[in-house]
Amino acid sequence: MKKIEAIIRKAKFDEVLEALHQIEVNFFCYWDVTGRGNEKIGKVYRGISYSTKDIERTFLSIVVSDSFVDKTIKAITDSGATGEIGDGKIFIYNCEEAYRIRTGETGNQSFN
Amino acid sequence: MKRPTELELGKQETNHLIKEKNMELLTTNNVWMMLCAALVFFMHLGFSFLEIGLTRQKNTINILFKNFFIITMGLIMYCLIGFNLMYPGEFNIIGGGYLGFAGFGLDAAAAADLTYNEGYTYWTDFLFQGMFAATAGTIISGAVAERIKISSFMLITLIYVSIVYPIVGSWQWGSGFLSTLTDNVGFYDFAGSTLVHSVGGWGALVVIYILGARKGKFDSDGKPQAIPGSNIPLSAAGVLILWLGWFGFNGGSVLSADPANTSLVLVTTCLAASAGGFGATFFSGLLYKNLDITMFMNGILGGLVGITAGADQMSPTDAIIIGTIGGVIVVLGVSLLDKAKLDDPVGAIPVHLFAGIWGTLAVGIFGASAGFDQFMVQLASVGIVGIFCVICTTIITLLIKSIAGLRVAEKEELDGLDITEHGTGAYADFAMK
Repeated sequence: MKKIEAIIRKAKFDEVLEALHQIEVNFFCYWDVTGRGNEKIGKVYRGISYSTKDIERTFLSIVVSDSFVDKTIKAITDSGATGEIGDGKIFIYNCEEAYRIRTGETGNQSFN
Repeated sequence: MKRPTELELGKQETNHLIKEKNMELLTTNNVWMMLCAALVFFMHLGFSFLEIGLTRQKNTINILFKNFFIITMGLIMYCLIGFNLMYPGEFNIIGGGYLGFAGFGLDAAAAADLTYNEGYTYWTDFLFQGMFAATAGTIISGAVAERIKISSFMLITLIYVSIVYPIVGSWQWGSGFLSTLTDNVGFYDFAGSTLVHSVGGWGALVVIYILGARKGKFDSDGKPQAIPGSNIPLSAAGVLILWLGWFGFNGGSVLSADPANTSLVLVTTCLAASAGGFGATFFSGLLYKNLDITMFMNGILGGLVGITAGADQMSPTDAIIIGTIGGVIVVLGVSLLDKAKLDDPVGAIPVHLFAGIWGTLAVGIFGASAGFDQFMVQLASVGIVGIFCVICTTIITLLIKSIAGLRVAEKEELDGLDITEHGTGAYADFAMK
């Protein structure tokens, strides 16, 4: 089992969701995050121009069985890319164990 | 007993008819005036919303507290002292129209007399004027937001609303010396561009000068920084509520439901508001290449404050010109304060002071009483009121600063006044940065 963390553009969230659904990855968490990167956003408030490096993105946390890792990454990169700076990142971790709380099932069984 | 002749009977009947007609007129007028008092009362919600939206979330309760304090204590103090200081009847302390006081509290005997005024009863008069008085204190609240010590703020506004505001008001609306400044021309301020808005604005200017800017408003080089407001939709609601309130603020200042005057006043008021919004948006768009909603909102208020001095004097075209210029002045004012290193989070000073001065002077430039003499009288009155307010506020503020301190500690400012001054946050279970 692997844990896949992806930071994607908020505007691409729906497309990524659909792509994951297509390859039958249906269980995951997501939340809105603020972070820093190379991008700078110019803003104006009451006549004062300022720029902020605070960037808003959506964070996905997905646990999949080993056989799903490659197609999940492909689904996210294909659907989440625009080609511009700021498309996001994907990180892969080993996942030691997983449990389904209701039944006590473990491993791949717990999320399939 | 001698029986009345036919002629005398006829006379009695006419008198009776006149009395009944006057009574009907008074009832109609009075209903309108009470409605206007209610609309001006509603403006306090508008001020609160505007101020909350343009400041940070950590100071929301503090802002509500200040606004509640002003409307409650403002009304009580106006009842005890203010009303009789502003409308003393005769200037019995310093003659010649400078200072008079008709005693503490309201006068139930005067209220029993329905011939008090053909436009309203004594009670309505008090309530309408009392709502106005509290407005002057609210203007200070916006400018000093996010860093003033609540106890010191309460003292300053209490003295300001119960003493300074009524004294200035008495000079004009209480038939004092400004109303007959020269032999043939008196000062003209229909609903208070100077007497309400500038009085509040001058007070705000002095207090923020002594108080200093919020931490982070200017960087170490003195460059102004943006501190974006936490809730722009709430501010927008505040501005539209204030606009609605102005129907009462200006509409009620006709002091009766006179059909021609009230309708005209509502038209000029609304046109100036629209023009002010347009002027500020267009001008700030040109200046900053950005369509700034907070400038749009401040511009509407600038237009409203601008028309307030001459709302019954102007044609619709005059109102549009005055409003547009009012909006432009607000945009320039915001940038001027930034350059002067003064921190006014909500734009109270550009809106109420700068646009208030403009509106007062505009009475001498546009409309029914325009003319050089009138302009000079307006200018002199702006100066007299300004000097008096600045001196009074300086004394009050420095005195309170030396006794109780003016500013919260730096840590308290960073943590937010809600938790440090009031022990809780505004949105306890709702986390935002």
